[in-house]
Amino acid sequence: MPHTDTAAVALAREGDSDAFRGLVERHSRAVYRLAHRMTGNPQDAEDVVQETFLKAYRQLGRFESRANFGTWLHRIAVNCSIDLIRGRKHQETGHDAADLDMLDSTDDQRIDPSPERLMLSTEVQERVTRAMDGLTSMERAAFVLRHFEGHSIEEISRTLGLKANAAKHSIFRAVRKMRLALEPFVES
Amino acid sequence: MTEQRHLTDDDLVLHYYGEDVPRAESHLAACAACQASFTRLQRVMAFIDSAPAVEAPEGFERIAWARLQPTLGAPRRGWFSWFVLSPARLAFAAGVLVLVGASFMAGRLMPRSAPVAGGPAPHQTDAQVRERILLVDLSEHLDRSQRMLVELATADDTAGSFDLSVEQSRAEQLVAANRLYRQTAATTGDAAIAAVLDDLERVLVDIAASPKTMTQEDLDAVRRRIESKELLFKVRVMASQVRARQRDAIPVRSPQSTVGS
Repeated sequence: MPHTDTAAVALAREGDSDAFRGLVERHSRAVYRLAHRMTGNPQDAEDVVQETFLKAYRQLGRFESRANFGTWLHRIAVNCSIDLIRGRKHQETGHDAADLDMLDSTDDQRIDPSPERLMLSTEVQERVTRAMDGLTSMERAAFVLRHFEGHSIEEISRTLGLKANAAKHSIFRAVRKMRLALEPFVES
Repeated sequence: MTEQRHLTDDDLVLHYYGEDVPRAESHLAACAACQASFTRLQRVMAFIDSAPAVEAPEGFERIAWARLQPTLGAPRRGWFSWFVLSPARLAFAAGVLVLVGASFMAGRLMPRSAPVAGGPAPHQTDAQVRERILLVDLSEHLDRSQRMLVELATADDTAGSFDLSVEQSRAEQLVAANRLYRQTAATTGDAAIAAVLDDLERVLVDIAASPKTMTQEDLDAVRRRIESKELLFKVRVMASQVRARQRDAIPVRSPQSTVGS
């Protein structure tokens, strides 16, 4: 198995499936992490991983060998996540401003705020996961792209097909919800 | 005057992310209330950053590859070979299957209208014809999956190991088809079907990704998985429902004289 992505891509382009397998094994976890953040559930994340590598494989010919394969793959994964989110957008009921009160007063958001337990990273992960579950798909995508991926608002609006103002407001709403859900634990 | 107006929460968010917010720096330096609010925001953001990302389950790389491999054709090498190799055929076929699937599921979920009394021989719409084709495909897929599960459940393992190569290549083909049916069911909101297909897919992926020769232990693990999910039973029930649906989908001419009599 080639040691570098560049060598693996070159072989995969020639139809060497073992080389492509190496790329899948090297990058699938990172793609999963991103996809899970974007979509919020394991099944969708697995589907995004599948679509991402499938697209990457079909577009290997377009990949510039001087570019970073991981970065390129990352971009494809973001787009696949967005496609999935757009596809399911009509199914979700959404969480609008009214939900903020509900989020704020949900009992299980407040249980066990002891600092000892919050020290555990799994606890923190659980809190953050739950807070992110309170976001709509678009808010979540905008927030992940801004907060974790460091995209500018302009890039986010392009990626999500929103006007810059709408992208900005998705981020505002997301942050507002995250603050409402997490501040009690952070401040305690 | 403007210096005295507080920054809004949204201003603070923009400022946190390094976007240009006029007077933010100077105001924060002078206003304790806004500074306190900004610190609270920073704490929440730091809390979010401290949460580790959700990791893929153990062995995910292997599972990802097993799912992917059957769907890969030859990679496109450039503009010319894009036309010559045409690996898009598989994608096109998959797309057609999804479309057919969507209309099938939509058909399932829509209330069925009763046959028109004394009307002419029912004319099947394109959607109904596609539904029938898909039912045939799905039924065959479930039968093939069922056969494989039965073979594994009853395999002769007295030798202490089991040659899985035939089942493996069959499982690889089944995974790709199963995924499309599952996605279609999920998209159209048919959670029950999607759940059974999801359980089935996980077992198929396991089989596809297993070593060619399975130890007794591996085989027992697969059998336990099949049994614990009552997978064989669920697949059988689903297959029989699909067959019933197939029968219903065949157009029947209503005898004029008996209707309404």
